[in-house]
This record gives sequence, C-alpha cells and structure tokens, in this order.
Amino acid sequence: MERPAWAPRSIDIAVPSVSRVYDYYLGGSHNFEVDREAARRAMEFMPGLPKIMQANRAFMRRAVRFAVDEGVTQFLDIGSGIPTFGNVHEVAQTASPGARVVYVDHDPVAVAHSEAVLAGNADAGVVAADLRKPQEILSSPEVQALIDLNRPVALLLVAILHFVEDTDDPYSAVAELRDALAPGSLLLLTHASYEGIPLSAERAEGAVAVYKDIRNPLIMRSRDEIARFFEGYDMVEPGLVPMPHWRPDTAPEDEDPYAFSGFAGVGRAA
Amino acid sequence: MSAEPDGPEDRLRRFATIWSRAVFPVTSTSATRPEFEQQLLPLARRLSEALKARIFDADEAKAVGAALVAAHCTDPEALTRTLDCVDAYLVLYCGEGGVQEDLRARAARIEHAMAAGFAKALRERTLAEQEAIAQAALRAQGVVAQALHASEARFRAVFEGAAIGIGIADLDGNVLQVNGALLRMFGLSDQSLRGRRVPEWTHPDDAPQTWRLYDELVRGEREHYHVEKAFYRPDGTALWTNLTVSLLRDADGNPQYQLALMEDTTERRLLNLRLRYEATHDALTGLPNRTFFFERLEKALGAGQDQRFGLCYLDLDGFKTINDSLGHAAGDRLLVEIADRLQSCATAPGEMVARLGGDEFVALTTGPETQREVDELAARIMNALLAPVSIDGRELTVRGSIGIVEGPAGERSPAEVLRSADITMYRAKSAGGNRYELADPEADARAITRHGLTTALPTALDRGEFFIEYQPLVHLGDGSVRGAEALVRWLHPQHGVLGPDRFIPLAEHTGLIVPLGRWVLEQSVRQARAWQERYDGAGPLRINVNLSPCQLSHPGLVQDTVDILERAGVTPDALCLEVTESALIGADDDLLKPLRRLAEMGVDIALDDFGTGYSNLANLRRLPVSILKLDRSFTQSMQQFPADPVDLKIVEGIVSLAHGLNLAVTVEGVETGAQAEQLRILGCDTAQGWYYARPGPPERLHELALVDATG
Repeated sequence: MERPAWAPRSIDIAVPSVSRVYDYYLGGSHNFEVDREAARRAMEFMPGLPKIMQANRAFMRRAVRFAVDEGVTQFLDIGSGIPTFGNVHEVAQTASPGARVVYVDHDPVAVAHSEAVLAGNADAGVVAADLRKPQEILSSPEVQALIDLNRPVALLLVAILHFVEDTDDPYSAVAELRDALAPGSLLLLTHASYEGIPLSAERAEGAVAVYKDIRNPLIMRSRDEIARFFEGYDMVEPGLVPMPHWRPDTAPEDEDPYAFSGFAGVGRAA
Repeated sequence: MSAEPDGPEDRLRRFATIWSRAVFPVTSTSATRPEFEQQLLPLARRLSEALKARIFDADEAKAVGAALVAAHCTDPEALTRTLDCVDAYLVLYCGEGGVQEDLRARAARIEHAMAAGFAKALRERTLAEQEAIAQAALRAQGVVAQALHASEARFRAVFEGAAIGIGIADLDGNVLQVNGALLRMFGLSDQSLRGRRVPEWTHPDDAPQTWRLYDELVRGEREHYHVEKAFYRPDGTALWTNLTVSLLRDADGNPQYQLALMEDTTERRLLNLRLRYEATHDALTGLPNRTFFFERLEKALGAGQDQRFGLCYLDLDGFKTINDSLGHAAGDRLLVEIADRLQSCATAPGEMVARLGGDEFVALTTGPETQREVDELAARIMNALLAPVSIDGRELTVRGSIGIVEGPAGERSPAEVLRSADITMYRAKSAGGNRYELADPEADARAITRHGLTTALPTALDRGEFFIEYQPLVHLGDGSVRGAEALVRWLHPQHGVLGPDRFIPLAEHTGLIVPLGRWVLEQSVRQARAWQERYDGAGPLRINVNLSPCQLSHPGLVQDTVDILERAGVTPDALCLEVTESALIGADDDLLKPLRRLAEMGVDIALDDFGTGYSNLANLRRLPVSILKLDRSFTQSMQQFPADPVDLKIVEGIVSLAHGLNLAVTVEGVETGAQAEQLRILGCDTAQGWYYARPGPPERLHELALVDATG
C-alpha cells in the first residue's frame, strides 16, 4: 500500500541527509557518521566541495544584504537545512532589525534543529514542507503569520533546485511561487552545474554518483537551464554568473578555484 | 583608526593581516577576508599584551584560542597555521623593546595555552552541536511518531468503520485481524474467527483457479487477485463475496501479510440467479425456454470430435382443436401435463427438454452414443403420450409428431438443425401424425425450397416480384400476329426467374392463385388496351390468359373479369381465357356456368393442352369453348422430315373434327418453318412457338406486329 500523503516519512538517521552533509562541509558537527562518511566519499572525487558550499554561503550573505539595501525585509528561505552560522536571519536581522524570515525544509531533523535555534526569535519561523508543493508552503501558518505576500519578498532557493529532478517539474514549482509573490520581490538562486568545476567531468561525475547513492540525486543543469528558473524575473546586474562574480566584496581572483563551480543570480519580479 | 607608520599599532595590524591571510583559506566563515582580519585584530592585540605582560596569564591565551573556534575556525589546520604564525611573527611584530630570549619563551607558553584553549572550545562546540543534532533528531522522531499515531488512529477508524469486510492474515494463512463488517457478513464473533486459517475456507463452488491464485500470492509471486467466492456461514448457508486479496510487503519489499477485502454479494447473486432463471425458463411449464435450449444446442454443436447430438422436435397433433374447443386454460393445463411427462423422459446426463413455444417441444441428447439414444428418446416420448390426459373430467387423447435430427457435432448451425427438425416433423405430420420420422437431407432440400417458396409467395405479390411475358400467336394463313399468350414469371430474390410450373401449384395450394390470377388478368388486359391504342387498324390483337382450376371455381370470376375489362376499356372479344382440358374433365354444369356466361359476353374460351388427358370428344359439344389448343406433343414429331404419317393423320382428324364443331385450332411448340408449313397444310388456324418468338416483354410484340404490318 502506498504511504498516504498525510503520514510523514519516518526518520532514519542511518540514512545520510544532505542538510547534515552540508553542515559537515562547513566545519559543523551537526551530523552523524553516515553523513560524514558520504561527505568524505564525495570529497575523494572533489576535495574542494567545502569551498563550493562556502561560496554559496558568501553569495547568500551578499545577496541578503543586497535585498535589505533594496528595501526588501521579508525572506522565504526554502531548503534552509541546518543553520550552523551566518544564516539568513542573522545576516538580515543584523542589517535590518525586525526583518522577517521563514525557513522551509522537508528534512524533519533540520526543521527540529531550526526550531531550537530560532526559539525566542519572534520574527523568524520554520516550516516542514517541500519545494515540490508550493501551496503547502504558502498556506502554512508561519508564512501566513510572518510574511505579507502583498509586499515584496526575497525568495531564497540556494543550493536546493539541483536536488529536484525534472520528473518533479521544478520549473512549475518555481513559477507557482513567483505567481504568489508581489511585484518587486527578489529571487536569490544558486545551482550546481558541470560548468566551472576545475576538474575533469569524470571526477565531478564521481561526486554526483555519491549523491545518487544516498538517494538524493544531484541534478547538474546547464547555464541555460538554470536561467529558465528566472522566467518572469528581470535579472539584477551582473546576471547569472559564477558565485564569486556576483557583486563581490573582494577581488574574485583571490577566491578558491572551486568557488567558480555552478551559477548564482538574483532576479526581480516585474 | 589611523596608525603611525611602523608604530606599535601599525605593526600589530600587520601581524593581524599576516595571521588572517594564513588562516582564512581553511576557515568555514562566510565573511570576507578583510572582515575576518577585523575579527582577528582584537585577538592579536590580546596576544601582544600577553606577550609583554609582567606575569604570564595563561587564561588570556586560552581565551584567544577559544575565540578562533567562535570565529568558525574549526579545522585543526587553522590552529596549526595560527601557531606557525604566532611562532614566526608575534615576537617580531609585537615584541619591540623586550629581551628576545624571554619573549621567545613567553611566546612558546602563549602557543601552548592557545592550543589548549582552542582544543577545549572545539571539544565543547563539537559536543554541543552533537547534542543539538541528536536532540533535533529525537524531537523530529517524536513528531513523526505522533503523526504515525494519528495516522494509525485514522486507519483504525477506516478499518472499523468500513462497509466492506477487511481481514489481515499472515502468509501461513493465520487470521490476525478482521473488522466488524467482515464479522457481520460471516455472522461470527471476533473470537471464533481469529486464529482460524484461510485455507480452511474452501467451498464446493470455488472456481478452479481460486486456490492457485492464493498459493501464488502467499509465495510472493502475485501482488493481488480478484475472485467471486462463496464461504460457509456457521448456519450452513452460503455467503457470496467479491473478494480481492492483496499481498502486503515490508519496507524491504519482502512479502509480509495478505489483506482481504470482501463485499457481500449474496443478495445480488440470488437476484441474478432468479433473473437468469426467468430469462431462460418458460413461465407456464417451468421447462427451459427457446433461449436456454439454443444455448445448449449451440454448446452441443460446438463440442469436440467424436461428440454427437440427437434432437427430437415434437409438435402435438390437433392441439389447436383442443384449445379452440375447451379454451386456453384447458390447453395450458394440457401443456403443463405434457411438459411433466416429457421432463421424465429426459433425465440422463446430457439430456434436456425445452418448450419452444405453443405446443412445440424439443428434447436434446448429447454425447458419443446419440445415434442409438435419440431413437430411444423418441420412443419414450411417444410412449409418454399414450396415456390420456385428464382435464376437467375429460380424458383427452394426445398424439404428437416428432422430427428427429441426429449427427456429429461441428457440422451444422443450431438454426440449420432446428429447421431440419421442423421439416422432418412436418413430414411426420403429413404422413398422418402420431409417428416419428428421421431427417433425410434430400427430403430436407426439397422441402426447404418448396417451403421457402411457399412462405415467400404472399409477400412476393406485394413486393412486385411477378412480371408477365408475352408469346405471340401467329395466323398460319398469312403469318400475321393475331395476339399473344400472357405467361407469368417470378423474379425471386434468391432463385432468379422462376417459371409458372415452379410456383403455380404452390399458389393453388395456398389459395394465393386467386389474387395472383386476378393480377395477371389485370396486367394483361391493360396491355391489350395499350396495343389497341398503339396499333389501331393493324388488326385485332387478342390476349390469352390462363385460368387455373382454383380460379375456375372461385365465385368472383365472372364479376372480376367484367370489372377488369370495363376498367381497361377493352371489349370481351379481345380476351381469351385458356382452361386446361383436365380442369374440365367431369365438370358439372355449376362449374361450367361461369365459363358459359363469359363466352356469352364474347370472351373466347380455349381448351388448353388438348389431347393430353382422356380427351372426351363427345364432351366437346357441351363445353363453351371456341378454340382448341393442341398440345405440343402433336407437333414434336413434325420437326423431322418427312413427318410421321400417323401423326399427320391424327392432327388432320382433330382439325377436321374441330372445324366441324366450329372450333378454331391453335398449335403450340412450333419450332421450324417446315413444321409451320405442314400445320398450315393440315388446316390449323394459328400457331405459337420459338419459330416465331420466345415469350418476351410486351415491346417485343410491338416489333413483331410492326414487321407484320409493314411486311
């Protein structure tokens, strides 16, 4: 019998979770041996993986600050994972006290951890939901309470869309979210790609295979395919670029070569 | 903040810059390097002060080591690089004015304390984070467990509240759980059902595949199956269900349980059975009806090799009389009694009796031995009819006629078999009834055509399938066309054009000859009128029409003929009615009266086929005829040359006799010019035959007449 939609997936911490693997790359200890094992296997193929994650975090930090500068103070971060440090609410609420942040993740452990981190923060909340079901996100009590959909929202899809397979139609989900957002809203997005990885394709494919192995396939998309997620948005300068090139604070030449893997961009809803 | 170039502050900053450049690549921070340097600057200042403090404070150095962890330098490489940096540059950039040896010793102590502080902080952070993630995992599991609990509660509500029966058993067939609906269906308590085993629930009506499907499912070879299945209730009655059984697998896909869903169809099934019974049985006698019989017959005829069938088709003799004289209620009671007797005649396996309708019954026997069995069956039936039937105190003698068809399966269709049986039954009936006859293919074929034509005749007239051809009558003296004989034809949709010999006897038999004859007369007279209008002055064109014996005695003959002539505006002398000699043999005055009246009106009467019957020459005197038509047998011998002198004498005699009685002589069957010449010499008046023209459409006659008139 198929699992009914309303019965949650059971929790098996013997299975690696991409949130905790990500935390491990970032030097955190919010992870279990299975997670570290998977991370180490992927790093055998791509030793610079942590640098890619770090570049993601750095982009996110710059982009959140950019949003605050643009006057956007509501943030919807889907695929937030385990917030080790330098999270959206820290960056946003430092730049603009009172900024509203809602985190969304479908990993129940990540959600439980976020709840603990956010305890006492009245302006931030977390929702257990799936990007593939945008209506569940939009109609959640947290989003209803913290986000005013009539005003611009910064939607963060950082390092998440490459975990959604085409059969799950990520483009529709992104479009559905866009349609729910007010004009002037921003889409902050990064996505993995074979383009820009300073390694042979075989090595990169080795790392991709590890993710497939842990039942979280990594979908590498081309720049054009990634650009399609911005349909209905006007690209903010400098467009869809390798992460270190997006409005850098320091010279991109100083960055680790791995940081140039994949693409980042910000779009503004018309 | 500005700093004096190469002053202590400037040197401190240069140390912080070197430090940050060394460590930044191995940090996890999302800050930029300049930001990171700003984080390190106060730490550098504390190290500088610890280097120069009069008394060494290890805690201060430990705090700096701990602060590195707080700045997300959790990679041990960050400590290595930090210590390398302190070792190489702290005294150099921050130790101005001190004793180098003391400073170096102090720096070493600082490094040790920093390492200890870093290690302690990293350990604490690691433990805290491990604690946090474990707590998160626990809480998440709690949430899931709660949700599972809620989901199970919902499942339980569905399970208990469902209107269909649900049961779960393990793969050995042990029943683990059943819901209330299932218990109610079985009429059982929970206790008596639990612990029972599925394979115990066999039932004689189980379909052959039922338990094979079950075995496949519990072996994990089948995901589910659907069957109609009966179960015994404790009171011995049957519970009929629509049963769906599914295999439940565990998370790894191994077969674990079987889930049965059942719907009680007992009522519906009873209703279906009743409807089926009603649709296949005769309401009066309770015997299987025509529908049921055809199903069985079809099955018997479709049976495999070496299988045969025998069929008795029974029709009661004189049942209509009983119905008419005693009433339908009595007739019905008779049929019920007969049905009971017939039923007792066919009790062996493979035998059946059915009522096709009215007083027609069939008995069927199947199997390899029907050649012998069907005769015995027919004999039993005849025997069963022997005893009189008592209705309302009357003893009625019932007789029947049976047509038997027997043969191998796979050769004929049910309809063919039944038709053969029907024909054979009629054969038995026309042989006097109270007997049985065996079907004979040749008799069948004859009867089928005859039967087919007879049944098609009435509609043929309505559908306009008849038409008339005309054969000219030519004057032997001058060769002119004097008239034509009308000959009716039937354009049958299947058999093509049929001559009168094929259907006139049938029409006589069924009485259709009267309307058909009237139609022929009408058409012919109308044609005569058309010729008159067209060839006015080309001589009188007369039309000859045949009268059958049946028409002759029909009371409307004279009036019909008069009406037809008047309506067409044709004078009686343009019509000649041909009557066969045999029809007039022994005719009394009553029969001759209508002919006389017609003759008096001016209608010519011809005696057809003269010379074939017992030609009573004396009789000719009193018949109202004006023409003799010599049969073609007289002319046949004149086809040779020289003609038989005896035949010539006979014809000469007849002609002379006829002329003596003031009768004209017409000859038929003239095929050669020599014949025609011979007959002219002998004194015959008119002739017809292929020598002049075959029978044809009326237009042909126009042409002949035209040729005649101009030639």
